[in-house]
Amino acid sequence: MAKRIDVSDLDIYYGNFKAVEGVNLSIEPRSITALIGPSGCGKSTFLRALNRMHEVIPGARVEGKVVIEGQDLYGSDVDPVDVRRQIGMVFQRPNPFPTMSIYDNVAAGLRLNAKKTSKSDMDDLVERSLKGANLWNEVKDRLNRPGSGLSGGQQQRLCIARAIAVQPEVLLMDEPCSALDPISTLAVEDLMMELKEQFTIVIVTHNMQQAARVSETTGFFNLNGVGQPGRLIEYNPTEKIFSNPDEKATEDYISGRFG
Amino acid sequence: MSTSTQQPSAGPDTSAPSQGALGGHEKQAPWVPWAVFGAAAVLALAIGLLTSWNIVLFVIYTVVLGTLGTYLLSRVTEGPRKAVDRLVTCLVVSAFGIAMVPLVSLVYEVIRRGAERFDAEFFSASLQGVIGPGGGAYHALMGTLIITLLTTLISVPIGLMTAIYLVEYGTGRLKRSITFFIDVMTGIPSIVAGLFAYALFVLIFGPGVRLGIMGAVALSVLMIPVVVRSAEEVLKLVPNELREAAYALGVPKWRTILKVVIPTAIAGLATGVTLAIARVIGETAPLLITVGITNALNFNAFDGRMATLPVYAYYQLTQPGVPPQDAIDRAWTAALVLIMLVMGLNVVARLISRLFAPKTSR
Repeated sequence: MAKRIDVSDLDIYYGNFKAVEGVNLSIEPRSITALIGPSGCGKSTFLRALNRMHEVIPGARVEGKVVIEGQDLYGSDVDPVDVRRQIGMVFQRPNPFPTMSIYDNVAAGLRLNAKKTSKSDMDDLVERSLKGANLWNEVKDRLNRPGSGLSGGQQQRLCIARAIAVQPEVLLMDEPCSALDPISTLAVEDLMMELKEQFTIVIVTHNMQQAARVSETTGFFNLNGVGQPGRLIEYNPTEKIFSNPDEKATEDYISGRFG
Repeated sequence: MSTSTQQPSAGPDTSAPSQGALGGHEKQAPWVPWAVFGAAAVLALAIGLLTSWNIVLFVIYTVVLGTLGTYLLSRVTEGPRKAVDRLVTCLVVSAFGIAMVPLVSLVYEVIRRGAERFDAEFFSASLQGVIGPGGGAYHALMGTLIITLLTTLISVPIGLMTAIYLVEYGTGRLKRSITFFIDVMTGIPSIVAGLFAYALFVLIFGPGVRLGIMGAVALSVLMIPVVVRSAEEVLKLVPNELREAAYALGVPKWRTILKVVIPTAIAGLATGVTLAIARVIGETAPLLITVGITNALNFNAFDGRMATLPVYAYYQLTQPGVPPQDAIDRAWTAALVLIMLVMGLNVVARLISRLFAPKTSR
């Protein structure tokens, strides 16, 4: 299921503003890749470019190549909707659909796409996804209650269950723990460690301990100044980034001497 | 009268937190403002009896004297800050009372005079062959319901789709110009909408044409901008995160709108539509031109004149016949029924927004 992502010479624009410039990297399958860097340096923009979500914003566009297992995401015959089916996303703030029950939220990916699924298959899928997101035991008795009634951490795991229910190849996570308390964060991190057996995971985080704990590879984004495009400064195994980075800027950032 | 005795009701509430740590004055007992207004009423009664008795003057004297008395007494016993508080309280409550006068008086008058003919015959008989007493507004009630239903059928799809376009798809100049013209349409006088529909149908059917559907078209011109406006506001309230969540699951945009955005906003949309119906159900001028009036039942909106409640009330009042009282009574009852319809729609709107509110929906 998991697939490899190769990015070459990627520039991302909002209208005429160049937000990210010249990104080259390869993301290994069945691993967790963390993206760190100061606010506004384009990590989230880059992440959203990986499943063409940034196109939702008017005027946003991309130059360069993103290739997943030989398939160019930005090829002229590629439907962004198909891309997003293969590459799921979890957002910063938990966003379960307020009109739907817990069950329906997990089933949403298939239901909204009008895939014909029998009731028992759907039950299986919901159970599997919720178990996959470590949420099953907490909600199995109240699957028909609204998803918005759960706690923040549970809602985020519900969103993860919803994302993995459509069986994507890659899971993108945009600061998935920044709205959660430490215990829920731990639950989500444990979950990520399990999920990487099946999925390629890319996570944007502001929490460097988190990047160090969960990821195999880390990318450091930075920008030279306000109004300048963000760049990928360093992309190396996490161990190296946090012990002996190649770049001075990376060392300054992770040791808190940033400025 | 009632407004004056309501006057000091807010006084006691505001006096509760009056005694702060720094307050060097006595706290006024809750009954004091009431007593002041009671004294003012006695004084106003005395003035009224000495000059010429007039209920309106009595109320005005009571309010003015009571306000002054409350202010002065409070200034002496509680200090200037508290006194200003009481003065403003009196003014605000007076303003509220003045605003309520027309509403209360209108409802009272319509109920009192409309109750005369609020009977089974009014809801079961038309005016066909009726001279003098008896007769009803069954035909007008049905006409109003049919024409309003047709208006809703025309306006809601157009209005909703326009709102969806504006919120989900529209960009640049087209969106701005649509928004501008919707604003202009909101301000169109209803008679102009009537003339538009009349002119349109005259082009097709020739002069003198009167059809129920013409009224529905005229009312749609008035209703569409209201629907667009309210639906646009409600759709804007749907958080963008939900749309993104759906996109990230690989759901196409149109399905996202259909299955996520609209269900999330359904309570607000239904409320907006209901209130828009309430807005047009009482329109008179456009129906006067386009639909006309008839004394007989006509269920077919595509054939000939129809009666509607507002136009019915208008004709019963302006051309009552001899003796006039029977027709005038029918006019008041028609007005009462119309008010009840509008109130009913408002209640329905509130129920809808409560029933469909997302969190409790399932």
